Amino acid sequence: MNRFAELLDRLAFEPSRNGKLRLLTDYFRHTGDPDRGYALAALTGALSFANAKPALIRGLIAERVDPVLFALSYDYVGDLSETVALLWPASPRPAEAARNSDAAALATIVETLNSAGRSELPRLIVTWLDQLDEKGRWALLKLITGGLRIGVSARLAKTALAALNGCDVNEIEDVWPGLSPPYLPLFAWLDGQGAKPAADNAVQFRTPMLAHAIEDKDFETLDPRDYSAEWKWDGIRIQVACGAGRDGRNLVRLYSRTGEDISAAFPDLVEAIHLSRLSDVCFDGELLIVLDGKVQPFGVLQQRLNRKTVSAKLMADYPPHVRAYDLLYENGEDLRPLPFSQRRARLEACVTQAAAPWLDLSPQIAFADWPALAAARADPAAANAGDDAQAVEGVMLKRADSAYVPGRPKGLWWKWKRDPFALDAVLMYAQRGHGKRSSYYSDYTFGLWRTGQGGDELVPVGKAYFGFTDEELKQLDRYVRDHTINRFGPVREVTATVEEGLVLEVAFEGVQRSTRHKSGVAMRFPRISRIRWDKPSRDADWLETLEKLIPA
Amino acid sequence: MASSLLVSAPEGLYCPAGDFFVDPVRPVRRALITHGHSDHARAGHGAVLATTETLGIMALRYGTQFAGTQQPVRLGEALRIGDADVSFHPAGHVLGSAQIAIGNTRERIVVSGDYKRAADPTCLPFEVVPCDIFITEATFGLPIFHHPKASEEVGKLIASLRLFPERTHMVGAYTLGKAQRLMALIRQAGWDRPVYIHGAVEKITDFYIAEGIDLGEIRKVADVGKTKLPGEIVICPPTSLADAWSRRFADPVSCFASGWMRTRARARQRGVELPLVISDHADWPELTRTIEETGCREVWVTHGEGDALVHWAQTQGLKAMPLHMLGYGDEEDGGDQSETAAET
Repeated sequence: MNRFAELLDRLAFEPSRNGKLRLLTDYFRHTGDPDRGYALAALTGALSFANAKPALIRGLIAERVDPVLFALSYDYVGDLSETVALLWPASPRPAEAARNSDAAALATIVETLNSAGRSELPRLIVTWLDQLDEKGRWALLKLITGGLRIGVSARLAKTALAALNGCDVNEIEDVWPGLSPPYLPLFAWLDGQGAKPAADNAVQFRTPMLAHAIEDKDFETLDPRDYSAEWKWDGIRIQVACGAGRDGRNLVRLYSRTGEDISAAFPDLVEAIHLSRLSDVCFDGELLIVLDGKVQPFGVLQQRLNRKTVSAKLMADYPPHVRAYDLLYENGEDLRPLPFSQRRARLEACVTQAAAPWLDLSPQIAFADWPALAAARADPAAANAGDDAQAVEGVMLKRADSAYVPGRPKGLWWKWKRDPFALDAVLMYAQRGHGKRSSYYSDYTFGLWRTGQGGDELVPVGKAYFGFTDEELKQLDRYVRDHTINRFGPVREVTATVEEGLVLEVAFEGVQRSTRHKSGVAMRFPRISRIRWDKPSRDADWLETLEKLIPA
Repeated sequence: MASSLLVSAPEGLYCPAGDFFVDPVRPVRRALITHGHSDHARAGHGAVLATTETLGIMALRYGTQFAGTQQPVRLGEALRIGDADVSFHPAGHVLGSAQIAIGNTRERIVVSGDYKRAADPTCLPFEVVPCDIFITEATFGLPIFHHPKASEEVGKLIASLRLFPERTHMVGAYTLGKAQRLMALIRQAGWDRPVYIHGAVEKITDFYIAEGIDLGEIRKVADVGKTKLPGEIVICPPTSLADAWSRRFADPVSCFASGWMRTRARARQRGVELPLVISDHADWPELTRTIEETGCREVWVTHGEGDALVHWAQTQGLKAMPLHMLGYGDEEDGGDQSETAAET
């Protein structure tokens, strides 16, 4: 447990992706089985202990610590697991505890928790807490209450695994669905001690093929006859995989673009897929919310994202839908090597045959030349997007002869996004960045004008921390330091008045109403597209201009 | 709950029998100073009584004319000031730090100043002075604060240097006391490469070395030219960690040596990657043990997390009260303004 605790602790403080990868790989390389396998399970969210609830932990600490001292401490720390870990009385017999430290090994804890009944839990947890040090107690409590929150995705953990034997992370994804904690065959293979585990073809995650953003000059070298076009939907990329598991039962898996299994957040969709009797297929497509036959804007879909559980009301109000645009696997056959045109034909046949209410085809756009496609992109409703035009964020170009290549291969798929919106806003606050940017004021809050009680005033409308070059970052950092009028911890307020202020051109993809923001609006994907050193702050845009862009 | 021997005044703790203040936060006629940290030792008093080391540190910070007159006191020396008996005893906080015992025929009060019980190679260990009223700090006065062994924390730093040999390890540490204790601890851990320091750490470090404390080879960052010091330890004021100055180093790992690093939220809030829980203040077990060992019947808490400590003392059958004294900051939090012109 101590090594795992040390790992979690370091990960919690490590800001950079590469640093996290190194910590993880180092851990997997130097930790034995089955501990490392259970650690991997904890990191990838494959563990859950239904009976260990925060109330149980509160009860245990209440028996040991004066309630006033607990309340003052919890108030200061703000996190139950950490407060309890810090407050837990040191073991009266540390020597014995050290000798017994194997009893609190990660594997022992996980295996015991999996088999223990509810009534045994308090005694078990007390025994472990007595044996562990502060960091170990914190890790244990985080582990059993199920909230690691250390900024490590399943994909990142798998990438760290791949570094053990230098294989591609996609090879791990291929075999992953057939494995379970503590992943002994997987580690044996990665250590060079065993054969590669068999891929469970039906429900594995397949690393998506991604598109490059197209630029004007690219069109000169591309022949429109080589490409087919379809709408770029403003939902989230999803992979739907279903097929028979080892035990013969039909499995359904929903994967995000990065390979996170998001099935638990969409039980309604999983059930619908089961009902449609599809099996042994894997679709690539877009997850959308469709109400009364009409695709909803991204803001509506957001209601269903990043949730661990979902209420009946949410499911009824926001029914999920898959708009398929590729078929990667069917009836035991990996279709990815086939040209896109053939995969598309197979996809159309498959979707038509399924005739499932949760599934439809992403339509293709007919075009003779690039100007014709540009016209469709400018007005999707007049092309074949119809009522769904609001959920279109551009067009996709796919080479008809392209195989499905994981990652972002050059020249095969292109995205041609709708032009972003842009407004001129005034810089109001700046916050220090993290990691490499910790010495720079790199997160900028900007505002627009509105008429207030005391005259014209700026109201913050958003925050952006990218879009500028390194050189511009230095200039912005210098500007912030030279124009600070107030400091609030890591945040600085800068001069922003009618007479003086820095205008930033902010590009964004959309805007919606928000109760969380003072301005009542939230921008989607805002970034700094230009620094308008030349523009007087009084000439920046007004809030009402932004409000007019909110979809009805 | 009060004493005629010592009262709380806006300037600080005042002893009417001897007509002097202890660690006054405003200029007074006569001041007794526990230690050299700037919130306790201020310039502009008429007369100052303190240990030789503390007087030396004050001179370093404020110039030799920091007070009308200066009088050094030896630890353990019995003095009579007006109608009060006064003696200084080691507090284990930083070089020269002392507790001040004030007594008359009826009672004895000990003003601890800041103190710790853990071993520190750069200063004398805390000495328990039996008393009737013990006046304590409570910077870490919550039961969540248990400082681990400083050697283990330094071990984490050395391990990280092994894992990231191409990155500079910048360690934020208060410039008086913590920085030098860290250097000594790094030597005890077997690190024999030069340790590099920020300009704001120079004067005090030179003073420690002149006092005969072995800190190994210390080099000034300003003297090393363009090298980015990969794999080296750089000690700087906490405020410099996120300062433009940090950009001159090789992909720096930001480390912070402070008791506040005990809680993750506090460390993450500051953007610290490698928190080192090393404190020059007593943790909760040290605070409570010290109160018990003095045999006092009353506890007064000057500053810090007083509520929890007062509550604990009352449950032990002691009289206890918070003084809520203003002006004593807490240098561990990195509020190091007097030391550095660096921006925060």
